[in-house]
Amino acid sequence: MAAVEPRGGDRPFPPGRYDVVVVGSGPGGLQTSYALRRLGVRHAFLSRDDAPAGMFRRLPIFQRLITWTKPAAPVERTSREYEWYDHNSLLSDEPELKALVPDFMDRSFDLPSREDMEAGLVAFAERARLQVRYGCSWEATRLEGERVVLETSDGEYDAAAVVFAIGVTEPWRASVPGLEDAAHYVETTHAERYADRRVFIVGKRNSGFEVAQGLLPWARETILASPRPVQTGALALSALRVRYLHPYDEYARGGPGTYVIDATIERIERDGEGFRVHTHGTTWDGSLTFDVDDVIAATGFRTPLRDLPQLGLVTVSDGRIPALTPWWESVSLPRIYFAGNASGGAKGIGKRGAGASSTSVNGFRYNARVLAQHIAETHFGRARERAPVARDDVIPYLLRELSGGPELLVQKGYLCRVLTAAHGGFVDDGIEPVAHFLDAGGPDGVAATIEVDGSGGIVPTVYVRGRSGVDEHELPPHPLRRYDTEPYERELQSRLRGLLGSG
Amino acid sequence: MDVAESLSQLALFADLTPAQVEAVVHSFDEEVFTEGQRVLRQGLSGGNVYVIIDGEASVRADGRELRTLSRGDVFGELAALTDQPPSADVVATTILRCFVIPGPQLEEFLLERPRVLLRLLRMEARRLQTSAGEWRQ
Repeated sequence: MAAVEPRGGDRPFPPGRYDVVVVGSGPGGLQTSYALRRLGVRHAFLSRDDAPAGMFRRLPIFQRLITWTKPAAPVERTSREYEWYDHNSLLSDEPELKALVPDFMDRSFDLPSREDMEAGLVAFAERARLQVRYGCSWEATRLEGERVVLETSDGEYDAAAVVFAIGVTEPWRASVPGLEDAAHYVETTHAERYADRRVFIVGKRNSGFEVAQGLLPWARETILASPRPVQTGALALSALRVRYLHPYDEYARGGPGTYVIDATIERIERDGEGFRVHTHGTTWDGSLTFDVDDVIAATGFRTPLRDLPQLGLVTVSDGRIPALTPWWESVSLPRIYFAGNASGGAKGIGKRGAGASSTSVNGFRYNARVLAQHIAETHFGRARERAPVARDDVIPYLLRELSGGPELLVQKGYLCRVLTAAHGGFVDDGIEPVAHFLDAGGPDGVAATIEVDGSGGIVPTVYVRGRSGVDEHELPPHPLRRYDTEPYERELQSRLRGLLGSG
Repeated sequence: MDVAESLSQLALFADLTPAQVEAVVHSFDEEVFTEGQRVLRQGLSGGNVYVIIDGEASVRADGRELRTLSRGDVFGELAALTDQPPSADVVATTILRCFVIPGPQLEEFLLERPRVLLRLLRMEARRLQTSAGEWRQ
């Protein structure tokens, strides 16, 4: 596979002073660099890899994603609405760069294979002519006044802001005595290696179930264990259910051979060629000991933060993920931003505990575009274009956005469409984090977002900002999620009476 | 210190066994807010329940500061239990690290852990006593 820019010779972005540096050439970095370039923000784009989409050359182990792309849809592939049907392609304003992943799919499944995903990302980088300095490894960081200095394998880069799109890709093991001797998920490689073996998997989230499902045709016995019960209610509404839940199905039916256990793993001991695993129940009383041939740590990944924690970067999840503001800036280190999977370190308003899709491409591609806009505005004073919206168009526009705006449908409760009062009418402020609209103040305006209720139901929601604060208006549900109809127009008309009267 | 260790040191979770604390930690998330960030929003629905692991916050309503919160304090629980919007804002005044229980899951969380429920009840009773004392003065 060809890299976008050959190494050696005329490598772009030599060390020096830039407005922004983007680190990492996975989907988060590609989307951020593309968006910054569209906004005219001068930036260096660095990657330690030799080609884009490095992670998708290695993972997932069992070769298929859990996020859908539907090659056939009721809308054109070049339309904005198609993004809802294609959760894996990067975003573009040019038709020839839109929806690239479905071009590579053989349609045997609506979930792309690992190779399909990699090909789609490489095609995006190539066709967008994104310049990347490959083979340039970020090694250390210095904060010098208002500047951030990155020490790299090629020299120093000095910038007003840095966007780290470095993934959550470093294997992480929970602090269980003896787990350091176990293979990590990333080391499982070929399933046939586990033929006729008894395998204990620590972890019951995505990678745990992925491995367990992959080993079902090979392993003699499979045990999955972690303290938290499987959240069957949540899983029923998650992308994970599409694959991987077969092991849970086998266990739930009551037969032997596959077990899904709620237990703390107290310690793991070497026992001859195998392991002895000591567990203690969390949802049941007692202890169990397992003698197994293999232990696999499917306890997840961490962001490779290098020296940032030593500089004061605050993290969550036992140091694995940077803690971020709603604009994906470190809560403790200004000018340090994160894109890609680590943008999940910003939880948003999290109403009723609901989270956005920031840890997968479908969600973080929007975060990257909004982040680029934010950086352009706050660090370089480049105000976004705000198209006027006629007063009579405000309600139909909001209802269309609630019905099919992909940013709202995907980043539920995190991103919203904002219209504000200006010059006697309204302007389109574009897409913003909901938390910013609610908390930062500003001109009278309205924000539309899609939220979920306590049982996963879809709730179209409108926030109206005025002099006395923000009012919340949850609109009634609709079985087809079509809100651009007359009853909703009347409903919204009554809720926005104050705003539209004052615009 | 990992999250389980932090939680086990808080009064609210003091009666749980290490395995029970581990299960709690794996069931919910922690969240960190920057100074000045609003955590709970007066009048807006869907708030969660927050247990402060580290840092301080201010309870504010209608522009007045009502009290400050610190490590071990719980907020958002009354709104979650009554399914009403919070009657005050809570704003981080330092970097604030919280353990977060989604509002709709609080009832089940407490019913499954009666000792935590009792601890929370005592905290509420003390808060009520303090408020009553202030009222008398």
